[in-house]
Amino acid sequence: MDERDREPVAQAEGTSRGPQDKAELVPDAREAGLLAARGEWVLDNIEQLNARVESLASQASRLDASGITRLDASGALLLERLFCRTGQAAGEAGLTGQWRTLFEAVDAACDDARAPEPAHEPQWRQILARIGRAAVEVFDSSRELLGFLGITVHRLGRTLLQPKRFRLTSTVHHVEATGLDAVPLLILLSGLVGAVVAFLGATVLRDFGAELFVIDLVTYAFVREFGVLLAAILLAGRTASAFCAQIGMMKLREEVDAIRTLGLDEIEVLVLPRLVALLITLPLLAFIATVSGLIGGLLVSVLSLDINLTMFLDRVEQTVTLRHYLVGMIKAPIFAVVIALIGCLEGLRVAGTAQSVGEHTTTAVVRSLTMVIVIDALAAIYFMEIGW
Amino acid sequence: MSGAARQQSSDAVVRVRGLETRFGADVVHRSLDLDLRRGEILGVVGGSGTGKSVLMRAILGLLRPSGGSIEVFGQRVEHAEDAQRVMARRAGVLFQDGALFSSLTVLENVELPLKTHRPDLSGQLRRDLARSKVQLAGLPDSTCAKMPAELSGGMRKRAALARALALEPELLFLDEPTAGLDPIGAAEFDQLLRTLQRALGLTVFLITHDLDTLYTICDRVAVIADGEILAAAPLQEIEELEHEWIREYFRGPRARAVREREPATG
Repeated sequence: MDERDREPVAQAEGTSRGPQDKAELVPDAREAGLLAARGEWVLDNIEQLNARVESLASQASRLDASGITRLDASGALLLERLFCRTGQAAGEAGLTGQWRTLFEAVDAACDDARAPEPAHEPQWRQILARIGRAAVEVFDSSRELLGFLGITVHRLGRTLLQPKRFRLTSTVHHVEATGLDAVPLLILLSGLVGAVVAFLGATVLRDFGAELFVIDLVTYAFVREFGVLLAAILLAGRTASAFCAQIGMMKLREEVDAIRTLGLDEIEVLVLPRLVALLITLPLLAFIATVSGLIGGLLVSVLSLDINLTMFLDRVEQTVTLRHYLVGMIKAPIFAVVIALIGCLEGLRVAGTAQSVGEHTTTAVVRSLTMVIVIDALAAIYFMEIGW
Repeated sequence: MSGAARQQSSDAVVRVRGLETRFGADVVHRSLDLDLRRGEILGVVGGSGTGKSVLMRAILGLLRPSGGSIEVFGQRVEHAEDAQRVMARRAGVLFQDGALFSSLTVLENVELPLKTHRPDLSGQLRRDLARSKVQLAGLPDSTCAKMPAELSGGMRKRAALARALALEPELLFLDEPTAGLDPIGAAEFDQLLRTLQRALGLTVFLITHDLDTLYTICDRVAVIADGEILAAAPLQEIEELEHEWIREYFRGPRARAVREREPATG
């Protein structure tokens, strides 16, 4: 091995690291404007050396660097500043051997002219700009979602005409992942909400001696609204994020591009199975949520109110007509489309970085939740107006 | 000096003895001995899946070996956390695809180790130091403000090298630095490494598949196969060894082409 390579490290070997005050830059008494650099010009001493360089550089006309015992790239950067000032070459200043090689490497690479800091816009303009960007973004992304809906419907139609193109295995997998695996959590959630609604109702209605109407409250709430809404909220949190992250990672690893170059269609391969899976699972989950909400209400009524099982079931039978059930269920496929499309679209919009996956997953959840709740509210108003 | 005598020389920065690593039932290293000496560039080669990266991760303390000892800077590393602490200050690592933090700009990436380990530095000085490292790695100044996602593969590696050099390490670990670079970019990166290694007096642990890199810049080459180091010696000695994998690797058509181009190395 080349001896020259090892020389510097051998010198440095005995020195311990850690803060040291052995580095100096002092005016030399022998000559006005002569500065002497001594000791270890390394990162450990850099702050102190930098202060010396800043204060003494203006009066420097010549530098004597022969006293430097150790140098690294950080120290070399400071030396370079001094040399810029004095206009010396490294050799003239007594920098020799390894340190000279090092200095010249740093000197050659670094152009120390400080880049001007980018001008900052005033705060209020930044705020205005962000508001504007956000508004445009909302508009753009709504348009994009509509476009995406269009493409997906087109691909769905094409698949209906050529059923062989449909990916059954993938669809079944997603039914299991989004539906079956969500059932225990959904039963727990809606059962508890059912119990809470019954309790709340009982507290208010007891004052009027109308405790029996707790049954109506729970039934109406769950059959018309809460069953499907709870299922949709669960899926928006659980599944929209999963869809977005799955497709987003595939996008990052260029799998989506690979799908395209293989002559496949990413909507058909990635989006349709997920959409169809949600169209199947969401109504089923909504039904499960409705039933477990009713059971939650029933348990509270039977165990802590003066209502027995027969009364509860009789009352449910009288209240629930097919019409109420349809008002609830008709929303399920709409929610399924909204959740699947937003999840997949955000996944496909991922670009570049891991951070982008995170951002789009958040957006997917927030937007699908918002859409679900807004649509539910609009539907509630509509059905009340038409007297259903 | 023979290979065995060199192996025993005392100036080893990293000394691995009887290293054993396994993942469940898979044994990666059975009994691996390796010295990394001060001021050398050690090329580590081996077929895919022979545990080159695993060896690097074990030395860095990123995974716990199941047996054997690792000495770093003359200190025995008992716990992975010890190794990580020592390594964070005194070693720089260049991971395979750079592993730049994608949410930070290039300059912020290089500043991060300085910020963590030198919190006393003023912001301006820290930025100047970071910028000089970016330039030292051969990137134009305009790269500083860019995000890693905007860089090409070669530039990402250079930026990652700048980050690895930020704390003035004595030891540099490189995992396939030229993989995925075009031949011109790879040759430039090799030269950059050689220049920096000479100028900064670095000790380099370099995992590579690139025969050009082995022939142009490595002082010694260590061959991993069957869970141990088959040989660690200058390239000329390795080439002469009679082992099936080594023969195929160093005397195959690709190696022959490289050798013809670069007759005198070492």
